[in-house]
Amino acid sequence: MKQPQRIASGGRIDRAAPLSFTFDGETYQGFKGDTLASALLANDIHLVGRSFKYHRPRGILTAGSEEPNALVGLRRDEGQNTPNLRATQIELYSGLDAVSQNRFPSLSFDIGAVNDLLSPLFAAGFYYKTFMWPQSFWNKVYEPFIRAAAGLGNAPRDADRDRYANTYAHCDVLVIGSGPAGLAAATAAAESGARVILCDEQREMGGSLLHENDPSVAISSEPAGQWVEKTLADLAANDRVTLLPRTTAFGYFAQNFVALAERVTDHLADPDPRLPRERLWQVRAKQVVIATGAIERPMVFPENDRPGIMMAEAGRIYLNRYGAKVGSRVVIATACDTAYHAAIDLKQAGIEVDLVADLRPDPQGAAIDAAKAAGIRVEPAMVVTGTQGRKRVSKALLGRVRPDGSVVSAGSIACDCLLMSGGWTPNVSLYSQSRGKVVFDEASGAFVPGPSVQAERSAGSCRGINGLAAVIEDGFEAGEVAAKAAIGKGKRPEAPEVSGGEAGSGGTLGALPHDRDAARVRAFVDFQNDVTAKDVKLAVREGFQSIEHIKRYTTTGMATDQGRLSNMNALSIASTALDRTIPDVGLTTFRQPYTPVTFGTLATTSRGDLFDPVRQTPIHGWAEEQGAAFEDVGLWKRAWYFPKPGEGMHEAVARECATVRETVGLFDASTLGKIEVVGPDAAEFLNRIYTNPWLKLGVGKLRYGLMLNEAGFIMDDGVVGRIAEDRFHVTTTTGGAPRVLAHMEDYLQTEWPDLDVWLTSTTEQWAVIAVQGPKAREAIAPLVEGIDLAPEAMPHMSMQTGTICGVPTRLFRVSFTGELGFEINVPASKGREVWEAVWERVKALEGCAYGTETMHVLRAEKGYIIVGQETDGTVTPDDVGMDWAIGKKKADFVGMRSLARPDIVVSGRKQLVGLLTDNPSVVLEEGAQVTQEARPALKTSALGHVTSSYHSPALGRSIALALVADGRAKTGSTLYVPMPDGPIAVEVVSPVFYDPQGARLDV
Amino acid sequence: MSEIAIHQANGAAPVVSARGAKVNLAAPLARFSFRGPEAACVKAGPAFRTGLPTTPLSSSHTQTRAALWLGPDEWLLLAADGSAGQIFGVIEAALGDTPHALVDVSERNTALIVSGPRAAWLLNSQLFLDLDDTVFHVGMATRTLFAKAEIVLWRTGKDQFVIECWRSFLPYVAGLLAEVARELEVA
Repeated sequence: MKQPQRIASGGRIDRAAPLSFTFDGETYQGFKGDTLASALLANDIHLVGRSFKYHRPRGILTAGSEEPNALVGLRRDEGQNTPNLRATQIELYSGLDAVSQNRFPSLSFDIGAVNDLLSPLFAAGFYYKTFMWPQSFWNKVYEPFIRAAAGLGNAPRDADRDRYANTYAHCDVLVIGSGPAGLAAATAAAESGARVILCDEQREMGGSLLHENDPSVAISSEPAGQWVEKTLADLAANDRVTLLPRTTAFGYFAQNFVALAERVTDHLADPDPRLPRERLWQVRAKQVVIATGAIERPMVFPENDRPGIMMAEAGRIYLNRYGAKVGSRVVIATACDTAYHAAIDLKQAGIEVDLVADLRPDPQGAAIDAAKAAGIRVEPAMVVTGTQGRKRVSKALLGRVRPDGSVVSAGSIACDCLLMSGGWTPNVSLYSQSRGKVVFDEASGAFVPGPSVQAERSAGSCRGINGLAAVIEDGFEAGEVAAKAAIGKGKRPEAPEVSGGEAGSGGTLGALPHDRDAARVRAFVDFQNDVTAKDVKLAVREGFQSIEHIKRYTTTGMATDQGRLSNMNALSIASTALDRTIPDVGLTTFRQPYTPVTFGTLATTSRGDLFDPVRQTPIHGWAEEQGAAFEDVGLWKRAWYFPKPGEGMHEAVARECATVRETVGLFDASTLGKIEVVGPDAAEFLNRIYTNPWLKLGVGKLRYGLMLNEAGFIMDDGVVGRIAEDRFHVTTTTGGAPRVLAHMEDYLQTEWPDLDVWLTSTTEQWAVIAVQGPKAREAIAPLVEGIDLAPEAMPHMSMQTGTICGVPTRLFRVSFTGELGFEINVPASKGREVWEAVWERVKALEGCAYGTETMHVLRAEKGYIIVGQETDGTVTPDDVGMDWAIGKKKADFVGMRSLARPDIVVSGRKQLVGLLTDNPSVVLEEGAQVTQEARPALKTSALGHVTSSYHSPALGRSIALALVADGRAKTGSTLYVPMPDGPIAVEVVSPVFYDPQGARLDV
Repeated sequence: MSEIAIHQANGAAPVVSARGAKVNLAAPLARFSFRGPEAACVKAGPAFRTGLPTTPLSSSHTQTRAALWLGPDEWLLLAADGSAGQIFGVIEAALGDTPHALVDVSERNTALIVSGPRAAWLLNSQLFLDLDDTVFHVGMATRTLFAKAEIVLWRTGKDQFVIECWRSFLPYVAGLLAEVARELEVA
C-alpha cells in the first residue's frame, strides 16, 4: 500500500518489515522502526488531535517526548486502552490501533471546535472568574461542568491486566541520555572501570547522531552512525555496563536516587504475557551524568499551531531517521543556524524548500552559505506573521522586520509544511529535579545548570555546550570525573577526531513582531494547554508577578512536557510585560515525573494478592476446609465464624457462643503477639513496662498485664507467664505486637540500657490453641502428659510445661470467655496436628470450633475490654474500671506519673459501663452516640459512645459496652442513643453482664 | 571459605524453577536468637561449636552450624545437627550465670534457598541492597526488607542466597519470587 510521503530509501526503518496499523479506524502502512508519528507523516497525515481548550485542529509538532499535540489513545484488548500517549514515542507494531482524542464526533468534524469561535470568553483565568458566584452553584453546576470539560482521553474501563516489574539497582555512574555526550560519558566511565548504567527514553541509542546524515560530519573518520554502533558495541561487551533503551529517567530524588521507567513490551504486537509491560528501575547511583540534550523552541507567531507547522529539527529527524517527508512544499522560519541543516537535507531529498525566513537581519555562517549554494532562497529580517489553512497549513503570511523593530507585510507564500526554529533550550529538567538552581547565561540566552546539589554533573547541550566535537569532549570529561569521584580512578578516552557538526548560533525568545491586529490574533506559547502570548500578558496585567503564579494562572508549562517547549517563550513574554530581566523573573521548578508514568509502573508487583503479606496461622488450612469465614486483623487472616450449612453469621455465632458456655469450644489464638523476655532483670523490666506488679509473680504463674503509654493511656494488654526466674512469655494483642515490641525495645535501649534483659519476638514460634468451656479440661486431659490438670495443681492463671499428643507444650490455664479455659502453646509446625487431635475430643464432647466474632461476644458478656475497641488512645485504666491492674505499691511504671495529671483525675471522665436497651431485641450500633436527653437540642455534646454491641445468646438479649461521662455514677439511670429512626432508650448497668462473681472460671 | 550448606532443599518441588534461578524451601533447622554482651558471646561460641562473629554483617560457620551477626548483641544461630532442646541445654550450661538471652526460634523462621546466576537479579526485584558480589560478598548476612516483609538475607555462595523469614511471611516472599521469575521463562 502506498505511503505517499515515504522516500524511496534511507532511514533507520526496516523496509523488509512492513506493518499495518489503524488510526481512527482507517488502516495504514508503516515499517518496523517507525513511530506512530513517523508512519502517519509517511501517510501524509498531520491532523492528529484537537487542542484541549479551543479544540483547534493540531498536528505533530516534534519528534520527541516533549510532543504537546499528538496525544492519542491506544487500544489493545477490550477495556485495556491507554490514553494520552505521545505518537512520537509510540513504536509501531503490527495491528496497532490508535485513536485521536478530544474530538466529537470525529477528528475532522468536532463540535467542541465551537470553543475556538468563543475563544474571547476563554482567556486565562476564565474558570476562576466565571465559576465564583453564586457559591451555591459550585456543587450542582460548576464542578460537574468543569469535570466534564477537564481531562483528556478516556480512562481504561477494566482493571489493568498487564504485569509490572521492579528492579533495585546500584551503579557507580548513571548516565541519562545516549546522545553524543551520554555515549562519551558512559564510555569514559566504563573504561575507568566503573559500574555504569546508561539509559535513554528512545528505542535506539545515539540521540541526535541517529539522524545525522550530513556526509561532512565524521567521528574518527567514520559517519556518525558508525561511531554510535561501535561505541554501543563496546559498552554492551562490558559486563559492568547496563544499557537501558526505552527507559525514561523520570524522577531524580534525594541522595542520587533516580527512578527509571523501562517500557518492556509496549512496542510488541503480541507480547508474551509472562513479560512485564514496564519495569521500574530504582537506581542508587554514586554519580550521575545528565546528558539530556537540548530541545528546539517553537516560534511564537500568530496561528503557529496549525497542522503542518513543525519544529525544523523534527522535519529533519522524520526525513533522515524515518524516511518520511513532512511536506512537499516547505517554508522554514528560523532565528538560528540549525534550521538551515533541515533546509539542506529536505532540499536534497527532493522536497521543495521555497524559503528560509530568518528573523535575524544579517545571518552569516557556513550553514547559511551551504543553503544558499543549494539554491534555497534565504530572506533575512523576515518573520511569519500568520498562517492559513483549516486542517493543514496552506499559506504563510510574511513580514519584513524593519530596523526599528516594526513589521511591514511582505506578502504570503503557499506551503503544506512550515518548519520553525526559535533556537535551542538546554533540557535542565532532571538537574532541576535534583534540586539544582539554574543560572541564566546571557550569551546564549538560556538557563543552564548552576552548582550541583547532588553528586551529578550535566554534559553536552543540556548545559549549553554546542558543536559535536565540544559535546563529545564534554561527555568524556563528565564520565571521567564521575568515575573518579565514584571509584577513585578515572580515564579519559582519547578524543576522536570530529569533523563537521559545528555549533550554530542564533535564537529568539518570546512573541515575534507582526503587523496584524494584536487583539484578534493568537500566537500559541503552550500548545497542549492552549495558552497564548496574550494570556501571559493578561496575567501580568491582572497583577501576577511571580512566574510561578503566572504559570498557575495561565497553566502555561503545566502540560505533559512541563514547559520544556514553552517555558522560555512564556518567561520572555512575562519579562517584557513586567519590564524585568529574564533571570529576575526566574524559571519555574521542574518536578517529577519527567514524562507521564503509568500507575502500574509505580505499583510494580504490589497488586492483588501480593499487595501486602497475607499472614495465615498454622491452623488456617483446617479452618478453610471447615468452611470458615475469615476476617482481616492487621495482616492476619483470622477465622471469623464457622457456619454450618444453612447458617448465616448470626446463627453461627449464636450457636458457637452457646456451645462454649455449655460444653467446650476450640479457638485459634495463634495470631496473639508473643515476646520472650529473658535475662536476670526480666521481672524488673516488666515491672517498669506494665502497670501490674511482677517481682513476686511465681514461676509457673500467669498475670494479666496492662501497658500504658507515657501519657497514661492504655496501649496494650495481654497475659504474661513466668517460665523461669529469668524468663517470661509475654502475649500482646494481635494487632499490637510490633508496636509493643518497639515500645519495649525503645525503653530498653534509651532509658534502661543498664538492665540485663533481651526481647525476642516469638509470635510465630508457637501455634496457640484455646480450649474454652466447662468441658475444656475433659477435652485435653487424655492428650497431655507430664501436666497435672487438677484445679489445685493448675488453678486459673497458672501454667505448666509438658507434652500434648507427644509435642512439647507450654500450657496456660487462662480464659477470655469467662469459662474454664486453656491455651495450648505448641511449636508452630505441630499446630495443626495437635489442633486436629484436640478437635476430635471437642467433637466427641459435642463442642465446636469458634471464631473471632464469638470470642468478641463472649468477652463482652464478661465486660473484658478489647484494646482499640473500648480504648482509643485516650482511655486510662480507671476509665475502664481497671484500677485493680495497677500495682499500688510500685515506685514507678511507664505512664504512672501521667495518671496524676489534673485532666486524668478530674471528675466527669468517660467511664466504661454496660447498656441494656429497653427492647431486648434491639442491638445498638457500635459508635452510636449516648445522650442524656432523648431528643437533645442541636449542638448538645454527647455523653459518650457505644464501643461494643452484640446479641448475647447467654443473656438472650442484646448487650452493649459504652464509654459514658461519669458513667459509673449513672448506673441505673436511663440514657438515650439517638438514631435516624428515633432515640433508643437504654439503661446504664455494670459492664459485667455474665457471671459477675467469676464462679465459672474457678472450676 | 568452605561451601556453606547449612540449609538444604526440603525435597519438595522447587517454589521457582526458571532459567537462571531456582528457589527451594529449606528443610527444618534448629534456630536460636542469642542476645548478650561480649562476655556471653565468647562463652556461647565454643558451646555452639562455631564462634559468634563480631564484625558487622558477617557470619561464621562449620559444616552444620552457623552464627549470623545481626547486631552488636544479637546473633541468629543455625544448626543442622542435633535437636533444639539439646543444643539449648548445652549453651545454657556453658553460659551459667553470665547474663544473656537464648530463645528457641526454630519454628518461628522458615527459609528459602535462592540460587542460580539470576538469583541476585531475582532478589533485587524486591530488595534494595547492592548484591554485587564484591559489595555483598559470600558469607555476608543482614536483616533487611524484602518488599514489605522483614527477612534475614545470607549469601551462601556467589550465586546462592538464603532468605530466613517468619513463617507467615513465607507465602508472600515466595509468591513475589515466583511472580518476578515468570519473565525468566521467556526465551
